Amino acid sequence: MATQADFRTRLQDWLPKLVLAPSFAVTLLFVYGFILFTIVLSFTGSKMLPKYDWVGFENYQKLFALPAWNTAIVNIAIFATLYIVICTFIGLMLAIFLDQKIRGEGMLRPIYLYPMALSFIVTGTAWKWFLDPGIGLEKILRTWGWESFSFTWIKDGEMALYTIVIAAVWQTSGFVMAMFLAGLRGIDNEILKAAQIDGASNWQLYRRIVIPLLRPAFLSAFVILSHLAIKSYDLVIALTGGGPGRATEMPATFMYSYTFTRNQMGIGASSAVIMLMTIAAIMVPYLYAELKEKK
Amino acid sequence: MKMMSITALLLATPALAEPSVEVMHFWTSGGEAAALGAVRDKVVADGVTWTDAPVAGGGGDAAKTALQARIASGNAPAAVLILGQNILDWAAEGMLGNVDALAEAQGWDAALPQAVKDFTKVDGHYVSVPTNVHRTDMIWASKAAFDKIGAAYPTTWEELNALAPKFREAGIIPLAHGGQAWQEAYMFEAVAAGVGGADFYRKALIDLDDATLRGPEMVAVFKEMAELRGMVDANFSGRDWNLASAMVIKGEAAMQIMGDWAKGEFTNAGKKPGDDYACIPVPKAKGDAFVYLVNSLSLFTQTDPDLIKGQEVLASAIMDPAVQIAFNQSKGAIPARTDVDLSAMDACAQATSKALAANDAAGTAVPTFAGTHAANAAVVGAATDAITAFFNSDQTPEDAATALADAIAAAR
Amino acid sequence: MSALTQDTAVSTGRATRVFIYLVLILFALFYLLPLYVMGVNSLKPLAEITGGNMMALPSQWTLDPWRSAWSTAQIGVEPTGLKPYFLNSILMVVPAVAISTIVGALNGYVLTKWRFRGDTWVFGLMLFSCFIPFQIVLIPMAVVLGKLGLAGSVPGLVLVHVVYGIGFTTLYFRNYYASFPTELVRAAMIDGAGFFRIFWRILLPVSGPIAVVSVIWQFTNIWNDFLFGVSFGGTSQPMTVALNNLVQSSTGVKEYNVHFAGAILAALPTLFVYIVAGRYFVRGLMAGSVKG
Repeated sequence: MATQADFRTRLQDWLPKLVLAPSFAVTLLFVYGFILFTIVLSFTGSKMLPKYDWVGFENYQKLFALPAWNTAIVNIAIFATLYIVICTFIGLMLAIFLDQKIRGEGMLRPIYLYPMALSFIVTGTAWKWFLDPGIGLEKILRTWGWESFSFTWIKDGEMALYTIVIAAVWQTSGFVMAMFLAGLRGIDNEILKAAQIDGASNWQLYRRIVIPLLRPAFLSAFVILSHLAIKSYDLVIALTGGGPGRATEMPATFMYSYTFTRNQMGIGASSAVIMLMTIAAIMVPYLYAELKEKK
Repeated sequence: MKMMSITALLLATPALAEPSVEVMHFWTSGGEAAALGAVRDKVVADGVTWTDAPVAGGGGDAAKTALQARIASGNAPAAVLILGQNILDWAAEGMLGNVDALAEAQGWDAALPQAVKDFTKVDGHYVSVPTNVHRTDMIWASKAAFDKIGAAYPTTWEELNALAPKFREAGIIPLAHGGQAWQEAYMFEAVAAGVGGADFYRKALIDLDDATLRGPEMVAVFKEMAELRGMVDANFSGRDWNLASAMVIKGEAAMQIMGDWAKGEFTNAGKKPGDDYACIPVPKAKGDAFVYLVNSLSLFTQTDPDLIKGQEVLASAIMDPAVQIAFNQSKGAIPARTDVDLSAMDACAQATSKALAANDAAGTAVPTFAGTHAANAAVVGAATDAITAFFNSDQTPEDAATALADAIAAAR
Repeated sequence: MSALTQDTAVSTGRATRVFIYLVLILFALFYLLPLYVMGVNSLKPLAEITGGNMMALPSQWTLDPWRSAWSTAQIGVEPTGLKPYFLNSILMVVPAVAISTIVGALNGYVLTKWRFRGDTWVFGLMLFSCFIPFQIVLIPMAVVLGKLGLAGSVPGLVLVHVVYGIGFTTLYFRNYYASFPTELVRAAMIDGAGFFRIFWRILLPVSGPIAVVSVIWQFTNIWNDFLFGVSFGGTSQPMTVALNNLVQSSTGVKEYNVHFAGAILAALPTLFVYIVAGRYFVRGLMAGSVKG
């Protein structure tokens, strides 16, 4: 009798871990194992196929001597910052507005959400068309009478990056809005009522109470937006192709072109390692801080 | 008796075999797809299943990635459209099979110019089967535009440069260009062959001689590139090449410097060479030259006899003279074989074919740099960066030459 | 206090409300603009597009671009349109979404109701898999798939998408189950219910909303994926590869109307899922923050 209970308890002890184990093992292999593989590759002289010779830090030296890489790093910093900040701002604003008992909310919400359903190839192509001075917005406004309107950002080496920000914000700000809306709806109205009775203005209400209570939503939004910013390969290629020249080069496009197109897998791997290190440097402390609290 | 029946059984087996060939390529629309269709029709007529594996984008970039993934997983396609030195690279890795027996039997050695053999025959083995040869150093000119200002087609660079202001006055864009890095690379090599000549081209872009890359001839090439830069319209950045061709077709622009795959665009628009447009080589300041690009399907080693048979049938089909003609009529290039009758093809193709034969014999036919024939992908990539950086900035030609030399040195 | 109603305690003046409506409508126009441009131009004959204003309504309405994109457009050597590839995408997406959602649910359940030492670390490590750019894993994944004999097949693609979707689905379910009262689970355990029984009887029935979130997210990502599809699709490539071939082809006349029709066709399943399940989406995200 005792052994039966023993076995059952022990099975119950192990079962959860057993259930979790395959996912964890899969993550270990397909994520961390592959990261390790990439790190190893970055120290080899691989060209077209992986080759396991040792070249030390040569790839890294070559990497940082390349102007395209330095452009890519600057670009991703600018892009990611603008993208995350603007998306969060727009998402929060739209969510707060939508939360104000708006008529037609049921119609507006899918309109805000649907861009996320489109693939980046589609979005990039549509926006590329729209932002082209010859056939897009500039031409339309000029046809409608605004002769001097000029919007040539996408052809301008300095400004092309911001067109990518526009397209990316268009795609995901609605999704961020949904996350904040969900968070807002979960806030207990008693707290708000109490604060209003105490004489708080709307502005103070939101600033002091609502926004701090949205912390989990900010975390999720940050995670989702950073992940999209880093992976922004398809959108860049579809919208500008990395151009004009190499003006909109991003680490993801750089890594892809060096690994696959230019047969310089070693350098591609080293750029991948730098990308991963940067991601880790940002995400790990953030996740640590957030997860520590969630007990 | 038993032997007989076993033989009969063995002879009967081919009827059960299902030879097939999987072809990975990036010829996904228009004339190119039609051209490949000519090969497919022959292959299917010969009883082999054609499995199409098209991957468009980036002039083959996406296909390259897909290929590498397939090879890493041990599942290489039977035939892949690969360009230039990439073929040599794969052969060096030992991944390509050969059709030497077929080549011997069908007499390929005699039928193909040296230019083509350089990129399909590795160490004496035919690892790739050529479909066509393109010429990259060409100008496509709108007759209407030239008639409007009453000018003749340019035969020297000075003449060409002098035409630009005249065109602008008449409201015509002198040069239609698509501002993508690869297009600037092709323009560069055309100018290099035209301004510098075949010997310079060889030293600089094939031998990658550092002194030549930094030297005055290279500076002269960049100077002409700067002139050309002044001839394009404000919207050139990011424009697709076939949209630039469309500008010439419509007469909005006078010229485009582009390989002869542009011819397909003109033909599709119903234009005739001579009557509506001219296909002329770029001016040659230092003796004749011909910059060539070979398209071929490379054969990856297979073990399944059905797949090997499929490859052989494919190779035969590609080299079939009738298929070569049909293919190139759609593609806008010239057949790889020199022993086919070109009277059915248009004036441009005939002129190009004669030029190739002449230059091949004289040793002034040089492989394309932008198409990764003259140098490997890493070098071409780095050089393209330098070239497009020059084209999109106000860098001086002297600095550009230095930057180019540095970039190539770093990529070797 | 029901958190599911639109009851908000904040009162706003008239001017503010007008301002709010204005902003909302402006943004709605902003979001709709590209879809309008794509839609309107997919119904025009090509001559109208190249000649005219891209915002104008068609003067000659035609469904030909749609027919072409679906069944006759050139994708490679065969003029097949997108139709054959749709099935490939469905065969890949449905199992991948189902498996990754169920696994995510179980993982979330374990991580919140069956705590053990180091489980936050495990979760954190699994979360990192959300950030890995796919190009980095392409070659090693190809090698592994080759060794498993799954390269170039639909099951291989399903495996790949499940592997890289588990991070997200676990995140969603874990956050959701975290706010589910543990007392109910305890009570069930005392009553003698086992691991799976509790999951099946107690947690799964209320997981509807977050399951919707997870399904929408996974469906969108997997349906729209190009890189894995082109590399591991073999002969059964998903529809994104075909769309890419349609849109990115570099020769011939660019049939913008067909491209746009094709792009909208490709997006229809995800659009459908979003619009139909959209309201459950917000409810799902929200229900995760219900405090017991």
